Amino acid sequence: MAGRIVVPFGPQHPVLPEPIHLDLVLEDERVVEAIPSIGYVHRGLEKLVEKRDFKDFVYIAERICGICSFTHSVGYCKAIEAIMDLQVPERAQYLRTIWSEYSRLHSHLLWLGLYADAMGFENLFMNAWRIRETILDAMEETTGGRVIQGVCKVGGVRRDISDAKLKEMTAKLDSIGGEIEDLCHVFFDDASVKHRSVGVGMLSKEDAHKLGAVGPVAKGSGIALDLRQTGYSAYGSLDFKPIVETGCDCYSRCIVRAKELAQSVDLIKQAAANIPAGDIEVKVRGNPDGEYFSRVEQPRGECIHYVKANGSKNILRERVRTPSSANIPPLVKMLEGCQMADVPVIVLSIDPCIGCAER
Amino acid sequence: MGLFSMTKTVLKSLFNKPATIRYPAEPAKRFEGTRGQMEIDIDKCIFCGLCSKHCPADAITVNKNERTWSINRLWCICCNSCAENCNKDAIYQTNVYHAPIVAGETDVDVYQGKPVEEKPASAEEKAA
Repeated sequence: MAGRIVVPFGPQHPVLPEPIHLDLVLEDERVVEAIPSIGYVHRGLEKLVEKRDFKDFVYIAERICGICSFTHSVGYCKAIEAIMDLQVPERAQYLRTIWSEYSRLHSHLLWLGLYADAMGFENLFMNAWRIRETILDAMEETTGGRVIQGVCKVGGVRRDISDAKLKEMTAKLDSIGGEIEDLCHVFFDDASVKHRSVGVGMLSKEDAHKLGAVGPVAKGSGIALDLRQTGYSAYGSLDFKPIVETGCDCYSRCIVRAKELAQSVDLIKQAAANIPAGDIEVKVRGNPDGEYFSRVEQPRGECIHYVKANGSKNILRERVRTPSSANIPPLVKMLEGCQMADVPVIVLSIDPCIGCAER
Repeated sequence: MGLFSMTKTVLKSLFNKPATIRYPAEPAKRFEGTRGQMEIDIDKCIFCGLCSKHCPADAITVNKNERTWSINRLWCICCNSCAENCNKDAIYQTNVYHAPIVAGETDVDVYQGKPVEEKPASAEEKAA
């Protein structure tokens, strides 16, 4: 038997979008064990909550992650609204849903591109990002920001989308729908994609459940865990089913995300068709007093915002559990027994976002 | 067939114009609601300091005695919080990004308010 060697992987590595460090214990080319370590981008954002007005903290909550920023602000606002017993107007709820789905589209397109890049499929990466650009344009036009929107506030949203603009957005989605379909077709059927991802990074349903996988990692292993089904924002009145694949490998996780693109387009269209007229915010009076666990579905999975307040304008404690931190134990499990050359693909398949995992 | 699944996209891209812009030569995309740099109408400002108190990035400094309002352009995150909290509507957001700051240039923009006008002496005081 060959001797064991340890190969450091990351935090700086060509395929890694974010700094995670893995010590890979190898026997020849086979990974026996992977030891992860994080701690390169800690910013202490949770502590800042004690120094900021609870309404101003939305800006900071949004900047926890650069990709699923909008969902973070929804999660935080939802917690404060539940503590203060605020009734957010229906229109604001629908607008939040529309923007959440737009951010899911842009996050998944970004991930599909990065995943293609990790496999060495440069062309596919460019094509995914070209489509993503039209999504970002729609975001910038309606919210003012490409990835950090800044439109969600405690008690509602800051900007409204006119009905004419909503129609224009749906028409635009119809036209890029074809392009998304062509892109997904490559991920579904292309021989090189299949060759690089089928049977790679296996995570059985039992392991996924035991290790607490969330989001597309859980869905790719056959667990129908989708927090949108709890019906927060306007998801309760929209018709959708979580997408589940049972392949348990990198390919399944990729298929889940590709299929979620079509689902998001459909959800945006449903929301745009059913959006009621009315106010977009309620006046917030007083300070929050109490605690709440708010759970929202981010593109990467379930995100928890825990807020504890004592009636002053500064909040006592905020705790965020992001999907990437939940997906690191499953990642370690997936890496056991894989080939060294498959490590980049497997690491990418959980869509690691270390910036938000460390906050 | 699996090997040629991108043919349609490749053919389409061959005949389409580039998806990118030749940026410095052509202007960048900009929308009406784009979040650009903050501007202030300093004559309306009463130097109350609400904007600086609510700034998530601590980019704004207000000095009531010297009547100055200054903003660090590199710290500002263009969130519009100062404009929302301004009681006098003195601060507003534009859709233009700030030009890059190179070494040797200052990143803090200072706006000087007009000195306080002295009250014109009343008729009684004149008589005295």
